[in-house]
Amino acid sequence: MTNTLDVKGLRTHFFMRAGVVKAVDGVDFSIRKGEIMGLVGESGSGKSITGFSIIGLIDEPGKIIGGSIKFKGEEIANAPEERLQKLRGDRIAMIFQDPMMTLNPVLRIDTQMTEAIEAHRSVSHREAWNHARDTLGMVGIPSPDERMRSYPHQLSGGMRQRVAIATAFLNEPDLIIADEPTTALDVTIQAQIIHEAQNLCKRTGTSLIWITHDLAVVAGLADHISVMYAGKIVEQGDTDDVIDRAVHPYTVGLLGSVPSANKRGERLYQISGMAPNMMALPEGCAFKPRCPRASPECDTEPQTTESQITEGHTRAFRCHHPHTTVTS
Amino acid sequence: MTDVAANALSKADKPVIDTETPFQRFRSEFLESRIAMLALGVIFVIILLAVIAPLIVPQNPYDLAQVDVLDGRLAPGSEAFAGYTMWLGSDGAGRDLYSAILYGLRISLSVGVTSGVIALLLGMAIGLAAAYAGGRTESLIMRIVDLQLSFPAALVALMLIAILGKGIDKIILALVVAQWAYYARTVRSSALVERRKEYVEAAACLGISHARIIFRHILPNCMAPLIVVGTVQTAHAISLEATLSFLGVGLPQTSPSLGVLIANGFEYMMSGRYWISVYPGLALLITVVSINLVGDRLRDVLNPRRSTGQARQDK
Repeated sequence: MTNTLDVKGLRTHFFMRAGVVKAVDGVDFSIRKGEIMGLVGESGSGKSITGFSIIGLIDEPGKIIGGSIKFKGEEIANAPEERLQKLRGDRIAMIFQDPMMTLNPVLRIDTQMTEAIEAHRSVSHREAWNHARDTLGMVGIPSPDERMRSYPHQLSGGMRQRVAIATAFLNEPDLIIADEPTTALDVTIQAQIIHEAQNLCKRTGTSLIWITHDLAVVAGLADHISVMYAGKIVEQGDTDDVIDRAVHPYTVGLLGSVPSANKRGERLYQISGMAPNMMALPEGCAFKPRCPRASPECDTEPQTTESQITEGHTRAFRCHHPHTTVTS
Repeated sequence: MTDVAANALSKADKPVIDTETPFQRFRSEFLESRIAMLALGVIFVIILLAVIAPLIVPQNPYDLAQVDVLDGRLAPGSEAFAGYTMWLGSDGAGRDLYSAILYGLRISLSVGVTSGVIALLLGMAIGLAAAYAGGRTESLIMRIVDLQLSFPAALVALMLIAILGKGIDKIILALVVAQWAYYARTVRSSALVERRKEYVEAAACLGISHARIIFRHILPNCMAPLIVVGTVQTAHAISLEATLSFLGVGLPQTSPSLGVLIANGFEYMMSGRYWISVYPGLALLITVVSINLVGDRLRDVLNPRRSTGQARQDK
């Protein structure tokens, strides 16, 4: 069976007057049907741009300059706009970070939801409306009939994000890209939303890319994790593997900086330095200046070390000095 | 499933839920200002008078058979030859001023509103196109707008009328040309802001067509400043039309708008027959000031940076 999504060597660069920003520079991953992948990285590591590249919404001066994105076997990198417009919202949907911003303030919820259905299906307005209402009920919105007739400002943040999730699931897409959908919500709502998304994916067989900077969120949600740093995936593998046996110093640093009860009272670990300037990346390994294990060897670009663990899933990392060697 | 559907149908018949719609909120905020309410009331009365003018005035000032030159320049309150009282006096041609003012209002209002609506639609389309297209197209359109706005509106209208000649259609055309640029610039600036907002991107992610995004998503969010500019520009169009008519290049003597009436009485001002110019002038003043007051209030209420709007939203 073909994977839902195969990304190979994806490179999306932004050609600015001041120079070229290699926002995404050689990213590989694949997702099978119904799987959830966590794409983790700090701000500016290129994780959102990866998402936008898949859905084909890279604005000028950005451009996908290399690699392939195969969606159910079909090449969609730089595909014609008409084809992408058919896929968007129908087979591939997106959920954004800020639920306050993603709903049009002057249109009622029902208008915004039904038009997502009517853009892709020839159904009567009544049917579209009922389907939208049922989907709202599915994401745990109480009295969906009334909420359908509400304006976005009449809903709370958590409620709006549920609406956004329901809208993404309307056409039962094969893939949903969720770009930090819980970052703007408080923790209790966050847990509910994650639970809701997980359930829906299981039920509908939708694959999910969950973009976040919060390792704690993906630990309980994703099947496998890709960690991005400066436009490259530096570590990849099954969730348990990456969390319990991280090999890349960056991932180790990220995990170390998550507060936990065991380390009460101690200072939290901090990755020294700042996220790199994407216009002037260091030679070789981009993490070198901040890495506690850096050596002169790191002036050369580390190659991806891969090992097959389960069928279709690889355990991969890019580092000259991994914390432990992965045994396959 | 069936009872869910049945439930939905029974609920669908009920009126909308108790919460305020944006329009209701806008209306209640607008009416908080007494002056704006008063001005709105005056506008309604003026429109009503203009619409029903033929039913309530004693004389049709366009019908030469009803206008008697012997009634010319009668003081307010005099009795006309036909037997009715001329409460506001008469002009040099013997037209009853009360009748002439109401008929003049009909012309002034319809010219102002028609040219306003046409200029709004035209400017809106051009402004949206500029904002959405971006790049060279946008620069070209906006430079034309700048060029247009660098001339005073009255001058542009005067030049056009000099070329086109007199007549109500030419006046409307001249007013449209003089005003579309204001709308284009307003729409373009707010459309530029809206275009960058996330909901537009979210709509694009749902595979919604460009045309639908422009007209269904971006345009309604640009309406607030457009309504304000539209109101003020309509008042402006009315006074511009009066200006042109006063200068004798607007509407012909046979269909007197307020401007023509004012011009007619101008020569008698110094001889004590003030009423021929003053009453039409007052009518024009009240109309324009009322519209502007409403426009001011609209600007206050629709201003997104005003804090009370936000406070009410959270309620």
